[in-house]
This record gives sequence, C-alpha cells and structure tokens, in this order.
Amino acid sequence: MAYPLQLGFQDATSPVMEELLHFHDHTLMIIFLISSLVLYIIMLMLTSKLVHTNMMNVQEMEMIWTILPAIILILIALPSLHTLYMMDEINNPLLTIKTMGHQWFWSYEYTDYEDLAFDSYMITTDSLKFGELRLLEVDNRMVLPTDLPVRVLVSSEDVLHSWAVPSLGLKTDAIPGRLNQVTLTSMRPGLFYGQCSEICGANHSFMPIVLELVPLKYFENWSASLAQ
Amino acid sequence: MLGTDIQKPPKGKWHTPPFDPRFPNQNQTRNCYQNFLDYHRCLKRMNRRGKSTQPCEYYFRVYHSLCPISWVQRWNQQIKEGTFAGKI
Repeated sequence: MAYPLQLGFQDATSPVMEELLHFHDHTLMIIFLISSLVLYIIMLMLTSKLVHTNMMNVQEMEMIWTILPAIILILIALPSLHTLYMMDEINNPLLTIKTMGHQWFWSYEYTDYEDLAFDSYMITTDSLKFGELRLLEVDNRMVLPTDLPVRVLVSSEDVLHSWAVPSLGLKTDAIPGRLNQVTLTSMRPGLFYGQCSEICGANHSFMPIVLELVPLKYFENWSASLAQ
Repeated sequence: MLGTDIQKPPKGKWHTPPFDPRFPNQNQTRNCYQNFLDYHRCLKRMNRRGKSTQPCEYYFRVYHSLCPISWVQRWNQQIKEGTFAGKI
C-alpha cells in the first residue's frame, strides 16, 4: 500500500503490475537520456561563440535526426503494446466476481456457486480501531484466493465510478448498463487498498476498495461460512 | 412459465464461465445478455417440444455468474409484465 511521502509506484503484487513497472522504468530511462542530451546541446549552443546561420542541405544530419527518434519511438511502442495486450488477455478464469459501484459504496457479488452479495462501506474515522487506516478501511472486504486468475466484472448502479487497486495494476471504469471485464491474479496474500477513481459525487473520496487475498483453502472456508 | 421463478443455481459440479470467443473484449455486457436470452429461448423450445430442460442449465449458470443481480431482477420483472425487449 501507499505510505506517506511516497515517490513512485506501490510494490507489484500481480504479474501485470510487474510488467507495468518495468515499462515505466524503461521509458523513464529513455526520457532521462533524451533530456540530458537536449540540456547538454542547449548549454553548448548558449556558451559557444560559433553560430551557423547559413547551414543548408546537411543531409547526413537530417537523416540522423529523423531516423534516431523513429527508432526511439519504436523502442517505446513495442513493450507498450506487449503490456497492453497482456493486460487484455483472459485465460480461463477460475472464479467470477462482480463489483458494482453505488453512490457511495461498492457492492460485491459472488454468484458462481451461491448467491453471495454484500455491500462494502468505509469505516468512519471515529469508529476506527487502533492501527487501522483512515479513509481506507471498509466493513466488508472483498476476499479472493491468491495465485488464481479471477475474472472481475465491474459495473455501476447509478453514475460513473472506477474500481482501482494500484498494487495489482487494476483500474476499470464502472459504467451503468455496461459490464467491464478485468483479470486479477495476485502473487501473494495480503490486504490491498484502492479508491474510487472517477469523480462520482459528494462522497467520492469515501468509498475505498479493500481486497483481502488469502490462500484458496481460507477463501473456501470464508465463502462457506458466508453462504450459510 | 418462463423460468423466472427459478432463482437458485442447480446442483452439481460447475466451473465459472469459460472464455467465450464471441466476446473476447473487455465489454462483457452482451455476453451476459445473450446467455440470459439463450436460457429463456432454450426453456421455451424445450417446453414446447415436451423435452427435458436440463440442457438449458448451462445458460442459466453462465448468465447467473456474469449478470449483476439487479439486472436479472429487472429483466425477470419485465418478462413477468410482458415488457421485456428481447426476443424470446
């Protein structure tokens, strides 16, 4: 999860998020190289007394400054497309969960086996227990098994919302009348926090998302205990 | 009756809906709706021919897994009132 004065991303918990982090670092390196080169050239031009105002027909230079940026753009585009299509892929999920946005809470539906549905409201600051996180804890967490591909269908009952969990690399718009699919695979158990990411009204800031990722055995116990 | 009263999923082994090549995209709205339609069409045909409606269970399980509960409730209500827009 996020911590005070954080710079950069949260730690990756899903393979997709690892890819995104790699892509971010890769692109940032290229940007740093370009920026330092440009800065260096600006300094050189400002400090030099040599000015070439009558330079014409320097084909070699034109070739270089056309082809080099093209190559750089390809080096950014290819990994970007690779990650993009990897995120889109869904290979036989083992569980389907629906999450519906409401003004202003999320509700989760587990209807593969039993009709299991519950609302997930934020815990207000005055009823927090010691050590709990302000504006991030909810009364009913969304419990999911680790290491398994889970299909999450996101939709909304009223206005636009967005269901986001940064450390899993997920952000999906919740649109009324439309079902958006996203795959969720986590590499380790734990609590993962997210917040509504589309302005949805007065309490937009007060509808957090909490994922509780547990090994499959514990998930089965949890769902069995709720289904009764 | 068009099976709107059946609310519990049937017993037996079941995996979550597999990948459907008709709906490879992020937008799964039609996947839910089509399976809901298919279930009711299947029930209607099977009942008319006097056959068992057991094969229709597949569609039921798929739409039951994919469709939000509120959508199914609304559609069932519309079917009861005769205002459902789909062709069943």
